Amino acid sequence: MSSSAPSDVALIRAEIRRRKRRDLWFGALGVLALALALLTVVTLFINMLIDGWARLTPEFFTSFPSRRAGQAGILSAWVGSLLVMLVTASVAVPLGVAAGIWLEEYAPKHWLTDIIEININNLAGVPSIIYGLLALGLFVYTFGLGQSIRTAGLTLALLILPMIIVATREAIRGIPQSIREGAYALGATRWQMVRHHILPYSMPGIFTGVIIGMARAIGETAPIITIGALTFIAFLPPAPLVGTPPFVNFEWLSAPFTVMPIQIFNWTSRPEAAFQQNAAAASVILVAMTLMMNGLAIWLRYRLRKNLKW
Amino acid sequence: MDPSRGAISELPIKAEVRNFNFHYGEFHALKDVTMPLCERKVTALIGPSGCGKSTLLRSFNRMHDLYAGNRYGGEIILHPDQTNLLDPRVDPIEVRMRLSMVFQKPNPFPKSIYENVIYGQRVRGVTKRSVLDDKAEEALRAAALWGEVKHRLHDMAFALSGGQQQRLCIARALATDPEVLLFDEPTSALDPIVTASIEELIHQLKEKVTILIVTHNMQQAARVSDFTAYMYLGELIEFGYTEEIFIKPRDKRTEDYITGRFG
Repeated sequence: MSSSAPSDVALIRAEIRRRKRRDLWFGALGVLALALALLTVVTLFINMLIDGWARLTPEFFTSFPSRRAGQAGILSAWVGSLLVMLVTASVAVPLGVAAGIWLEEYAPKHWLTDIIEININNLAGVPSIIYGLLALGLFVYTFGLGQSIRTAGLTLALLILPMIIVATREAIRGIPQSIREGAYALGATRWQMVRHHILPYSMPGIFTGVIIGMARAIGETAPIITIGALTFIAFLPPAPLVGTPPFVNFEWLSAPFTVMPIQIFNWTSRPEAAFQQNAAAASVILVAMTLMMNGLAIWLRYRLRKNLKW
Repeated sequence: MDPSRGAISELPIKAEVRNFNFHYGEFHALKDVTMPLCERKVTALIGPSGCGKSTLLRSFNRMHDLYAGNRYGGEIILHPDQTNLLDPRVDPIEVRMRLSMVFQKPNPFPKSIYENVIYGQRVRGVTKRSVLDDKAEEALRAAALWGEVKHRLHDMAFALSGGQQQRLCIARALATDPEVLLFDEPTSALDPIVTASIEELIHQLKEKVTILIVTHNMQQAARVSDFTAYMYLGELIEFGYTEEIFIKPRDKRTEDYITGRFG
């Protein structure tokens, strides 16, 4: 075509307008979907906040559960959650990270490792109550670990282990091959390569995976109920740190316990309105804890990744 | 031939490739390659993409052992001790401790400049600060980087420009006192000015170390090397003094490539 009449230009513009309208439509649909999701969550949270506001006092954190709603608190629940998380983290992190590193850097690539890989991904999707049943049979009955903090910690560790393995592998895959070759070319052994490069550079991703796994674990109720956590605990486990040598005390590991979600579950099953308020207040705290952990994960990832550029 | 130069076979030899064959799975990538590496000289490997020049270079420090599915046969003899670098009984780590490599793209570790340079010493278990400091300075000077970084040794290596990063990688490779330095297209990711400085550096380095360099750039081979090997489809077509290869190649295929008829 040698020349284009003005009508052609008008045609082109009309056509562009028509296509851009579709663009706009999808944009609007996306915003709507996002708003719907966010609003639901925010509404729920505000609702909880309003219900539980009156109970969010310092005493609420320092009181044991009680038959009188006004005097009941979450001391044994948050201490229990904290200690269970401690066990979970100290078991799941080393195991998960080591397994992830082995699968990425050491394992030969053949059908057996393929099967392992598929199964780890599947494990991340197994309903948590299944882990509870497994733990009841294995930890409580077979190993006789009791309905204790260590059983709960081990159970939740199993639950988040696949998440940590997957996060570790993802983080390791992000490290360019040129870094590995660079280290090997200078005479590094495999372990030196892992220790000096793979571990430090995958740390941001591993941290993120660990914290997100922990945020999931702290809210888990089903497996903890299955292994038989108590719903009414009016004492604290023995302190892990003591004033006399050897300063550490592991009795707390075998102590009976309760955790935040179980305390909430217990209170919501009570008919009195005052207990519903307690449940709402405890829920606000649990949600805040989870959000804080996720926030920490994002912050850590940002901080640690600043020095990693390829 | 310039008579004052003499026959290649009479020069001191640092390494020899003998009847080397390489397979990537079913693909026969290198066929019966035999060539010498003269001591404290620069030998360039040239040829069109896919001719196997990088494969040959990476065989010297057994990089291929890192990946499954690679098979090779033949020998690469390192003098004076006559060690066959390819012998399965020779640990690839031993090989990599004697031969250093500089890669195509600068690949500094996300660590400080200092930690990068001394990484080879760290791997060897050296912890004495004074030894490490001396090594770092010596290697950075040899790589013509000392003046630019001596006041910021503990800055991150990524803060350096591309050319500085590549010189850092050269310093890192030198800090282990290698007998042979392998360069895998070291300037292909760099601009012409930086390339010139790296070439100048290679020229200086050959006083101390034997150099093997793969290059895509024929002019570069002509500028930096004493010997050139022209490879084509996995075969070594011609090996000789760089001047001879470029001025009067014996093989028609070499001539076609040199004169830019293909490549």
